[in-house]
Amino acid sequence: MKRTLKKALYQLVPYWAFLLAGIMLTTVVQGESVQPPDHQTTEKEAFAAGEMIIDHVVDAHEWHIAVVGHTHITIPLPVILWHNGQFHAFSSSNFHHGHDAYNGFRLMSEEPYKGKIISVTTATDGLEVINPDLPLDFSITKNVLSVFMSSALIAILFIVIARNYKRTRGHAPKGIQSLMEPIILFIRDDIAKASIGHHYEKFTPYLLTIFFFIFLNNLLGIVPFFPGGANVTGNIGVTAVLALFTFGITTFSGNKAYWKHIFNAPGVPWWLKLPVPLMPVVELVGVFTKPFVLMVRLFANITAGHIIILGFMSLIFIFGNMNPVTGYSVSIVSVGFAIFMGLLECLVALIQAYVFTLLSAIYFGMATDDHH
Amino acid sequence: MELVTPGIGLIFWMTLSFGLLLFVLTKFAWRPIMSMLREREQSIEEALHEADKARDEMKQLQAHNIELLNQAKEERDAILKDARQIREKLIEEAREKAGREYDRLLESAQEAIKNEKMAAITELKNEIATLSIDIAERLMRERLTSAEKQDGLVQKLINEIKIN
Repeated sequence: MKRTLKKALYQLVPYWAFLLAGIMLTTVVQGESVQPPDHQTTEKEAFAAGEMIIDHVVDAHEWHIAVVGHTHITIPLPVILWHNGQFHAFSSSNFHHGHDAYNGFRLMSEEPYKGKIISVTTATDGLEVINPDLPLDFSITKNVLSVFMSSALIAILFIVIARNYKRTRGHAPKGIQSLMEPIILFIRDDIAKASIGHHYEKFTPYLLTIFFFIFLNNLLGIVPFFPGGANVTGNIGVTAVLALFTFGITTFSGNKAYWKHIFNAPGVPWWLKLPVPLMPVVELVGVFTKPFVLMVRLFANITAGHIIILGFMSLIFIFGNMNPVTGYSVSIVSVGFAIFMGLLECLVALIQAYVFTLLSAIYFGMATDDHH
Repeated sequence: MELVTPGIGLIFWMTLSFGLLLFVLTKFAWRPIMSMLREREQSIEEALHEADKARDEMKQLQAHNIELLNQAKEERDAILKDARQIREKLIEEAREKAGREYDRLLESAQEAIKNEKMAAITELKNEIATLSIDIAERLMRERLTSAEKQDGLVQKLINEIKIN
């Protein structure tokens, strides 16, 4: 009897987690809705679901954790700017969440520069004038910090595992090592070896790195609070860099057969190549669409999942603004759907990491294939 | 729009940290892990191979043993056969020899008997001759006296001669 109760409580853990996430979002949204005095009109207008969702999905200069009462609990992050030939570095807390300008810079919260830091000069009449040249923003943003943390975590984890391998040399794996070994072997045997062939050893380290990097960041992205919550793999900049790495490696390891296949594909009628180089153009476009698709797929999958969960959460507050009772009753359905989406996201986290790694391996295999 | 416009700072830091992560992991994690995995796989394969080899050797050894045993049996059979042959031959030879000896003995015995017989007959003849001469001598002597006496003497002499 006691055991079944305990089991039931454990099974409710995701529910508690999402309830907590819901509570957190409530405070965030409420805090934002009451905070600017000049925007205070009616309650219904105050909650903009789209804005809230985008704010949660995009990068930020501070790590927002919660709002208690009217105070935002945030981790201020360093702002590093390159403007007019010199570096400026200061804490993002100086902006006071975009209310104040600091050192001639302002963090904008309105379009068209929403979320960006711009350079302003205060005119004699006290009005701020926006300088047309935007500073280059090298700030340690929420996503950058998250990338640093997850990279450090992966590095420590696998260096420890490598030590374990040295210690248990020639024996069966132990502990965390035995947890990771099947995944490592899967990537080596079923992704690298299967898709690349006998050149696989050169690419295995990269494939292992992207798999674990994407997988960990996908999972951290699902966790709603610090140190998770940053939408790293749902950021197009991050996925672009990953895709560029794959593109770069593919291009630099491409052999003669690979380039021949692009510019003078064997087995294609000559009139598709001359005088109009139709096939070469198509193939060349293909070279660039491959990494582009990698970039968009990961970004879109992860961001879409986050948007859907946030959408379900928004429903609670949209209905709650109409009538608190409706809000509470909708919350049951919303939280249920959010749990379902959260579980789906866990699956997507794995699948997308796998797909990115597998496709990278296939591209490497195409570049190094020597059967033609 | 912010969603699909990547920030230069993020791209810069991401490239830097991912590049660094790739380098560090390749050098300090993946290479050692891969080499250890390969080493372990090789050692397992070797162990399996050796087990196979040992099994084969075992089989060979067994086959060899059986062959040896068979050989030994054959040898034993051959030896037994030889022994039997030798024995039979020996017996045959002995028998032959015995037969020959017997014949020879028989022959010599017969010879001896014959000789003895001849000697005996000769002796007997001589004896008879001596006796006859003796009798004749005595007869001659008796005849000189009387005829009756001569007869009585002859009778008496004849009785005296007892040829067994």
